[in-house]
Amino acid sequence: MTTADIAARHDAETANAETVFYLKDEHDHPEGSSTALGFWIYLMSDCLIFAVLFAIYGVLGANYAAGPSPKDLFELPLVALNTTMLLLSSITYGFAMLTMEKGRVAATQIWLAVTGLFGLAFLSIELYEFHHLIEIGATPQRSAFLSAFFTLVGTHGLHVTFGTVWLVTLMVQVAKHGLIAANRRRLMCLSMFWHFLDVVWIGVFTFVYLTGMLR
Amino acid sequence: MSSEAHGDHGGHGDHAQAHGSFRGYLTGFLLSVVLTAIPFWLVMNNVLDNKQATAIVIMAFAVVQIVVHMVFFLHMNGRSEGGWTMLALIFTIILVVIALTGSLWVMYHLNANMMPGHDMSQMQ
Repeated sequence: MTTADIAARHDAETANAETVFYLKDEHDHPEGSSTALGFWIYLMSDCLIFAVLFAIYGVLGANYAAGPSPKDLFELPLVALNTTMLLLSSITYGFAMLTMEKGRVAATQIWLAVTGLFGLAFLSIELYEFHHLIEIGATPQRSAFLSAFFTLVGTHGLHVTFGTVWLVTLMVQVAKHGLIAANRRRLMCLSMFWHFLDVVWIGVFTFVYLTGMLR
Repeated sequence: MSSEAHGDHGGHGDHAQAHGSFRGYLTGFLLSVVLTAIPFWLVMNNVLDNKQATAIVIMAFAVVQIVVHMVFFLHMNGRSEGGWTMLALIFTIILVVIALTGSLWVMYHLNANMMPGHDMSQMQ
């Protein structure tokens, strides 16, 4: 290889290095700017989990294996009370978001606490119901209907449980750092999560409890 | 700090997701209460005296209530995040409808055809 060749090659390489077909410096994305969309897509994937569980309940919901049917087990006044708790927690979370917008830390904390208490009330009533069912022998092992019921309603209850844990975590965060941009973003994500769980619960009380009583 | 967060509404602003208003939340809540109470009343008092009709009516109420929650609590609209949340939602709804109707349809027919007493000799 002659020196002329090497020089030519070197020239070609530098020319290649200068030809760039993509943006070297990504344009500015403020921190957390894509969190809302990303979290929404997570919620949509969660929605698919619930769709599968609803489909399973729809298919197996009438297979009682000579065991108890929804009419023998469900108490609609209790379900109505539970629905009220979740609905109230939804609007109190809404109030928390409104006070957060105004930057009022104490009011936000109070509304978050109220939301958490409604969430706990919902969970207590649900656990009472589950405990009662298991006590009278209507365990998940009893029939396909009960397996599907406990899986669907239990998955929703687990979501509410983790939502409550998250809520407490954020209350601590807000107490420590105030309503900084990061905490506002986190509260907005939990808001979407919490309202989404309420949407799923509409499906549960309609499809599982109310239509169950019609069978 | 907060004025900066509020000022940045263009393009990538993290406030693209509106938080709604007091009126909006209250409207959504009152609508939800009504839309929840009616199905419970229909079933608990056996108002329609027709199970099929009651089931269809309470399903319709559930769909309306889900839309109310989406609009007033989750602030869904075609504009937030440049329409991507709406697109993701539509895609999810399509998948959910396929999963639900598909499973129920297929398994119902499977069940019907596996009934005892079904004459297999006719199926050639």
